[in-house]
Amino acid sequence: MDKKQLLSLSATALGAAIKAGETTAVEAMEAVLEQIEARESTYHCYVTIERESALAKAAAVQGKIEAGELTGPLAGVPVAIKDNLCTEGVLTTCSSKILENFIPTFSSQAFLNLEKAGAVLVGKTNMDEFAMGSTTETSYYGVTRNPRNPEHVPGGSSGGSAAAVAAGECFFALGSDTGGSIRQPASYCGVVGMKPTYGTVSRYGLIAYGSSLDQIGPLTRTVEDCAAVLEVIASHDPKDSTSIKREDTDFTAALVKDVTGMRIGIPRDYFGEGLDPEVKEAVLRAAELLKENGAILEEFDLSLVEYAIPAYYTIAAAEASSNLERFDGIKYGYRAEHAEGLHQMYKKTRSQGFGPEVKRRIMLGSFVLSSGYYDAYYLKALRVKAMIKKAFDQAFERYDCILGPVAPTTAPKLGESLVDPMKMYLGDIDTISVNLAGLPGISVPCGTDSRGLPIGLQLIGDCFQEKKLIRAAYTYEQVSQDA
Amino acid sequence: MAKEYETVIGLEVHVELATRTKIFCGCSTAFGGRPNSHTCPVCTGMPGTLPVLNRKVLEYAVSVGLATNCDITRYCKFDRKNYFYPDNPQNYQISQLYLPICRNGYVEIETAEGTKKVGIHEIHMEEDAGKLIHDEWEDCTLVDYNRSGVPLIEIVSESDMRSAEEVIAYLEKLRLIIQYLGASDCKLQEGSMRADVNLSVREAGAEQFGTRTEMKNLNSFRAIARAIEGERARQIDLLEEGKAVVQETRRWDDTKETSYAMRSKEDAQDYRYFPDPDLTPVSISDEYLEELKGRQPEFRTEKMARYKAEYDIPDYDIEIITGSKHMADLFEATVARGSQPKRVSNWLMGETLRLLKEKELDPEDIRFSPGNLAKLIAMTESKAINSTVAKEVFEVMFMEDMDPEQYVEEKGLKTVTDEGALRKTVEEVIAANPQSVEDYRNGKEKAIGFLVGQTMKAMRGKADPAGVNRMLKEMLK
Repeated sequence: MDKKQLLSLSATALGAAIKAGETTAVEAMEAVLEQIEARESTYHCYVTIERESALAKAAAVQGKIEAGELTGPLAGVPVAIKDNLCTEGVLTTCSSKILENFIPTFSSQAFLNLEKAGAVLVGKTNMDEFAMGSTTETSYYGVTRNPRNPEHVPGGSSGGSAAAVAAGECFFALGSDTGGSIRQPASYCGVVGMKPTYGTVSRYGLIAYGSSLDQIGPLTRTVEDCAAVLEVIASHDPKDSTSIKREDTDFTAALVKDVTGMRIGIPRDYFGEGLDPEVKEAVLRAAELLKENGAILEEFDLSLVEYAIPAYYTIAAAEASSNLERFDGIKYGYRAEHAEGLHQMYKKTRSQGFGPEVKRRIMLGSFVLSSGYYDAYYLKALRVKAMIKKAFDQAFERYDCILGPVAPTTAPKLGESLVDPMKMYLGDIDTISVNLAGLPGISVPCGTDSRGLPIGLQLIGDCFQEKKLIRAAYTYEQVSQDA
Repeated sequence: MAKEYETVIGLEVHVELATRTKIFCGCSTAFGGRPNSHTCPVCTGMPGTLPVLNRKVLEYAVSVGLATNCDITRYCKFDRKNYFYPDNPQNYQISQLYLPICRNGYVEIETAEGTKKVGIHEIHMEEDAGKLIHDEWEDCTLVDYNRSGVPLIEIVSESDMRSAEEVIAYLEKLRLIIQYLGASDCKLQEGSMRADVNLSVREAGAEQFGTRTEMKNLNSFRAIARAIEGERARQIDLLEEGKAVVQETRRWDDTKETSYAMRSKEDAQDYRYFPDPDLTPVSISDEYLEELKGRQPEFRTEKMARYKAEYDIPDYDIEIITGSKHMADLFEATVARGSQPKRVSNWLMGETLRLLKEKELDPEDIRFSPGNLAKLIAMTESKAINSTVAKEVFEVMFMEDMDPEQYVEEKGLKTVTDEGALRKTVEEVIAANPQSVEDYRNGKEKAIGFLVGQTMKAMRGKADPAGVNRMLKEMLK
């Protein structure tokens, strides 16, 4: 198989080709590394590339495949991992200066599951610093560019992962989604991205941003890949108290091209002011296509959507302000030089080690938790969160899934977003409610705008209903290709 | 005439729980160990790690709550207390603020005026911090995370105590309850029980409380008593001079018998408490609560009553023995091996207490096993060894807990029961000490003691002194 043909395969197709002896894990890795060599200087998807160890590991995996020890669909497939997931012995920076030299002694459970299934690490992908941002421009290690148009951002915070998948610099990737950080970059880069139900994938080894909202998920080329990866990474983990024991993780069983009778709710709230007309049109066209294939569509009012952003930024920032306290220069990571005494060392280290967006959220989070403001902000945000969950619960009494855009616009140009943080925060409007309610959501490509930038279709399910999402997304993907 | 003042005291008591592993990870809680040898990514605050509650901690906390008449919070949560300090690897401590596991309890203490209730405001679970060690030579500070994540409960009393005596009685009561539950060994010196004293004074009869201070670094009951007296006097002096007491935290220096201010209310930190999102709320079922209620042990009062009914030993002995869970367990286990209660009690009250005092140990430090004590008692009863030898053997056993039978055998300390050999020695002693023999025959009863001593010496202690005495008297008739 030639390199070009090889690189055009989906992750599961590559896995099957390796199993069939049509290619090898080493050839696949060589192809990916060549692609990186050619494209990385333009896109900058990675913070760390495991050039040497990747080939050695691929060879070892190939041996196991040939010995019949590894038989899963991802055996031998090169994977990129977001740089906030710990990888034993491999630099893990969260795209922050403060972790510029941090090499974990253990691996995140999600990555361990992938390794066990035979996936081989290519490298660690760039991201917004500590997953705070929507463009991958807040990385200390430089911006990532959108492979569909390098003038534009890839989205964020899992922008490196989405871009690496889109650029053929890996076959699939893991990201993390706290407020849309998988789905939105997937949408901007024209790939599939899924945020599973909170508790489905262990957070052990994920460097926390907003612990009650964070969830690890796949970024892939196809819905089939997405289901296959989710099936591998979903596991009950005794090391994560918020991990849930699920029996229904045979997600690939839901790869069925049939939505007959599926009830799909379309929240009017997601199609109001601020939505780019081209995005609106593409998403509604996708909905029509599902309807033509037997789905039952209905518009409804979800309500409370306007409260999701303030609630989200209050809760996520509060948790982040505490989660990021451990980065203090004492135990690991960057430590400022020439500090007089402990207090100044803390101050200098954290002032120099964190970027402006991270500092903004630490300050915001510290403020909403401070005595006298806790009730007015943090507790109120928790109440809003509970109300949003209730609104979704009511919707799911009537619908199998909810359909809407992933983001109000396609990928903005580099440099446009950070000048106005409030505007950037508002761009999360379509994705963050899903995190607040702990729900699963998937982003599937549904065309491009007039500039050729990808548009994403978002499907949201009730807790533990990933299979419905996979079924609907798979059907859409298949029929839209047919069309 | 000088005004009369009343002292108002509340206590915050930290107790280190006797779990094998830490509160949120699987690391050992054992004391000692090379610095940072009992650590893992979780208790050193590595990025990406998550806490998982040790269920044994919950069990101990609920058990202490039940034993102190608390309401058990059926839906409790952990909160993060945020503050920066290098002994705290995450820079937040996982504790409980909003929904502590136990609330509204009390214990009863005995005072000169009779029984008094001391209210317990709450008991919460939390993790201990690591330890900073300053290296003077290198002029740097090192941190040891072996204690980081060791489980603690904090027992917060109401301001119900009025004197050092009441405080000590309250602490003794708590210590016994917790020891009886096996939830902690409660050693103040080693820090497995630590008490902070909140104290204020007010004019007798006043309704309002005075301004309080919090006293830390109290490592013994004696230090607590002295600190209370010292702080009471300091506050009264201030008030008498017309000055105000400042709300502050003070550190007690027991060697100088004085305290100094650590920090005042003004620079009190805002801990920004909020529920820890990494830990799920703990729900306590009826079944769980009933099970723990069923497992509550016999506490001291009940035990004292039972000893009174079952064993023929003095009340004073009962009080001392039940005053330590470990000693009571030792007593019962030895009796269960067939030793006579009175003899067991004698060993505990006599030699054991003497050696504890001499070696400055707590009853909880007793290392010898009931099986070995029972063997020693059996040997003295069968006269296999005499009481002097028994005391010698006991002293070694107290330190090393060796098998006394084997020890006596190996060292050849057994009483010589061979009549012939003894008679021969006695004859030699009589022959060698004509003066004493004559004195005895002339009515100096005391002279026999010297002869017994000489015989014991010649037998290298391995004879029954009473038997020697009898034989001497018989031969000198």
